[in-house]
Amino acid sequence: MFDALSNRLQDVFQSIKGDTRLTEATVENVLREIRLALLEADVNFKVVKAFVDRVRDRAMDQAVLKSLTPSQQVIKIVRDELLALFGDAKGGLKEGAARPRVILMLGLQGSGKTTTTGKLAKWLAKQGRHPIVVSTDVRRPAAIQQLAIVARQAGVRVHDPVGDMDPVSRAKSALAEAKAVGNDVVIVDTAGRLHIDDELMKELVAIRDVSGPTDLLYVADAMTGQDAIKSAGEFNARMGVTGVVLTKVDGDARGGAALSVVSVVGVPIAFVGSGEKLEDLEPFHADRLVSRMLGMGDVLSLIEKAEEVIDQGDAEKLEAKIRKGGFTLEDFRDQLRMLKRMGPLEKIMGMLPGMGSMKELAGQKPDEKQLSRIEAIINSMTPDERTQADLLDGSRRKRVAKGSGTTVEDVNRLLKQFVEMQRMLKMVGQMTGDPIAAAPKKRKKSPFSLMR
Amino acid sequence: MGLFDKLKQGLQRTTQQLVDRFDDIVHKADTADARTREVDAETAEALEEVLLMADVGIAATGEIVAAVTRRQRRGESLRDLVKQEMLRVLEATTPTFAPQSPGATVGKPHVILVIGVNGVGKTTTIGKLANQLKREGRIPLICAADTFRAAAVDQLQIWADRAGVDIVRARDNSDPAAVVFDAITAGKARQRDVVLVDTAGRLHTRTNLMNELDKIRRVAGREVSGAPHEVLLVLDATVGQNGLAQAREFTSVAGVTGIVLTKLDGTAKGGIAVAIAHDLKLPIRYIGVGESVDDLLPFSPREYVDAIFQEKW
Repeated sequence: MFDALSNRLQDVFQSIKGDTRLTEATVENVLREIRLALLEADVNFKVVKAFVDRVRDRAMDQAVLKSLTPSQQVIKIVRDELLALFGDAKGGLKEGAARPRVILMLGLQGSGKTTTTGKLAKWLAKQGRHPIVVSTDVRRPAAIQQLAIVARQAGVRVHDPVGDMDPVSRAKSALAEAKAVGNDVVIVDTAGRLHIDDELMKELVAIRDVSGPTDLLYVADAMTGQDAIKSAGEFNARMGVTGVVLTKVDGDARGGAALSVVSVVGVPIAFVGSGEKLEDLEPFHADRLVSRMLGMGDVLSLIEKAEEVIDQGDAEKLEAKIRKGGFTLEDFRDQLRMLKRMGPLEKIMGMLPGMGSMKELAGQKPDEKQLSRIEAIINSMTPDERTQADLLDGSRRKRVAKGSGTTVEDVNRLLKQFVEMQRMLKMVGQMTGDPIAAAPKKRKKSPFSLMR
Repeated sequence: MGLFDKLKQGLQRTTQQLVDRFDDIVHKADTADARTREVDAETAEALEEVLLMADVGIAATGEIVAAVTRRQRRGESLRDLVKQEMLRVLEATTPTFAPQSPGATVGKPHVILVIGVNGVGKTTTIGKLANQLKREGRIPLICAADTFRAAAVDQLQIWADRAGVDIVRARDNSDPAAVVFDAITAGKARQRDVVLVDTAGRLHTRTNLMNELDKIRRVAGREVSGAPHEVLLVLDATVGQNGLAQAREFTSVAGVTGIVLTKLDGTAKGGIAVAIAHDLKLPIRYIGVGESVDDLLPFSPREYVDAIFQEKW
C-alpha cells in the first residue's frame, strides 16, 4: 500500500516486459498508477490532476514511445515534472543585511516550531552567527520552559522576561536585548495556532509588526494531508510567509503535501528537520525530496550519466561478444574507462539507492586509485595477452607487474576477478535468449558489475 | 449544550468547506428525476474528489464511491447514500477493548497507554481525559513517561494541577518503563481506578523507540493483569495517508485498541479515521475539538457522519 512510486511503476513495467515498445494504453496504465501513488503520498488532488495531464502530454510523444528505454524515459519525465513543481528555489536562508535579523516561526500546533527554533539556532551558531531565541507561546503549558531547555542544549542565549506574559511585548523586549547584547539574529517562537483562529492570527500580526522579521518560516509537518494547502495558504495570506520548514521527514511520510504547498501557495521550502537531535536540520534540496517521493535514490542521474558515456553501437558489439563468451581484458578496460568518464566513484555510489547512508556509515571513500591501477595493469599487457588471458604465465605476469608498477599479487587478483566475471557474463549471455529484450538491460548492468 | 451541538460547533470549520463542495454535487445529483437513476460518472468523480480531499484515502474512497454508484436508487438522496456508506465503514470496526467493570478488583488499576508520533497532542489528551474521568467519579493517576521531550513533564504537571489529580514523574531522560512501574505501584497503593500513561512522541519508523513501547507494555502487564487495558493512538486530524502507516506500525508493536483524533477544530476533516477504520478495523474512541478541557468527546460514528455531511446552516 505504501509502496514507493518507483515500485508501482516497476510493477507496471514488469507486466509489459515482453513488449519492446510502449503503447498508449500502457502509458495510461502507468499514469493511473502515478496518480494513485501521488495521492497516497498526499499530493494535493488538484496538483495531481494537472501533473498527470502534463506527464501524459510528454509521455505520449512518439520519441518516447519508440525509444529503447521507454520505461526509464517515463520515470525521467515524472521526475523532471516533479522538480519543475518545486521551481529552482534554493534552500536555506536568503542573503540579508538586517541586523539583528529577525526570524519568526509560524505554524499549527504540534508541527515542531519549538524544536525547530532550537535546531535553527544551533545551525545559525554553526554558521558563525550569534542567535538569541524568545518564546511568545504563553498558551501551551510549559512551552516557555521547553524553549529554554532546548536553547540551553543548543548553547544559545534565550530571552525570558519572567512574568511577562504578553507575547507582543516579549518579542519586543527580545529585540531590545539583542541590540544591547549584540546578537545578530533573533528567532521568535510563537504559539501553535489554527489558521482560522482570527484572534490568534491577529496576535501574530502584532508580533510581526513589532519585530519586523525578514524571515517568516512556516513550520509544516511532513505527515500532513490534503489540508496543508489551506493552512499554509491562510498563513501566507495573512502573514507573508518567506519559507517553509518541513519537519519529521525522518518518518516514512512521502511529503507530498509539502510539494503541494510549494506549487499551490508558491512558498519555497527552506529547511527540513530530519530527527530528534538538534543537529538534525538541513537546508532543503528539491532533488532529494523528489528522489524520496519516488523512493529511488538518484538512480536516474546515474542512468543519464551512463547513457551519456555509453555508445549504443559499442554496447551492441559488447553484447554480441558476451553472448559468444568472447569478453576480453580489452573490453574490461573499455568498461573501466567508461566508468571513469561517469565521474568520481564516490558520487556515483551516492546515487545508488541506499548507498548514500551506507557510505557515511563506513566513513570511507571508494578507492579511485584502484581503478587506475587495474587500467595500468591491462595497459602493460601485449595486445595478444589482452585477448587471450591464458597466455599470461608466471614470467609474463612478473613483467606486467613491473611495467604497471604493481605486484604479481595485484596482477593475479585482477586475472582471477576477470575469469570470474567472464564466467558470470557467459552464464547471463546464455540465459537471455531474446537479444532485444536483453540489450538495454545489460548495457546498464555492465558498468556496475565492476563496483561489487 | 448537548453533545451533538458541541460536536457540531467543533466541526463547524471542518465541515464548512467540505459541505460547500458536497452540497454542490448533491444539489445536481438530487433532483427528483435523478433520484431514481443511478449516480452518473461525473457525480461519482466529484464525490471521489471530495473524499480524497478529506484524506479518506484511496481504498476507502474507492469503496464508498463504488457502493454509492452501484446502488439502485429509489428516491434516496445522494447525501443519505454517502452517509450510509461512510457509516458502514466506520461501524465495521472491531471493538478491541473491554471497559472496566465498576467494583472489579482484578485488573485494577485500569491502565491506559497513550501513544503516537510527535506533536499530535498526547499530553493535552491525557490532561483532558484525567479531568473527565475525575468528573465521572473515577480517580485517575497520571504517569509522566515522556522523559525525552524538553519540559514535557512540566506541561503534564500543569494539566494534573488543573485536574487536581496525582502525577508520578521522573527526572528527564530516565527510563520510561521504570516510571510506568513506579506509577502503577503508586496507583495500587493509593487505590486509584485508572493510570493514564503519557509517552514520548516517536516516529513509527524508529525501531529502538518502538521497542521501548513494547517494554512499557511488558512492565505494565506484569504489574496488573491484562494491562495495558487500553492503548490509545493519538492522531492529528491534519495527518495524511501516513496516518495509516502510523496506525499499522503502532498496532503491531503496541497493540492499539483505539484512535483519538485530535485538532478536529481546524479545517482538516480527519478523513484518515475512515481510512483506518476501513483498512485496519480500528475504532475511534475520542475526538479532540478544541483547547479547553471539555473539548474531548467520545466518538460516535453516526454523529460524526451527521455533522460532517449535514446540510448548510
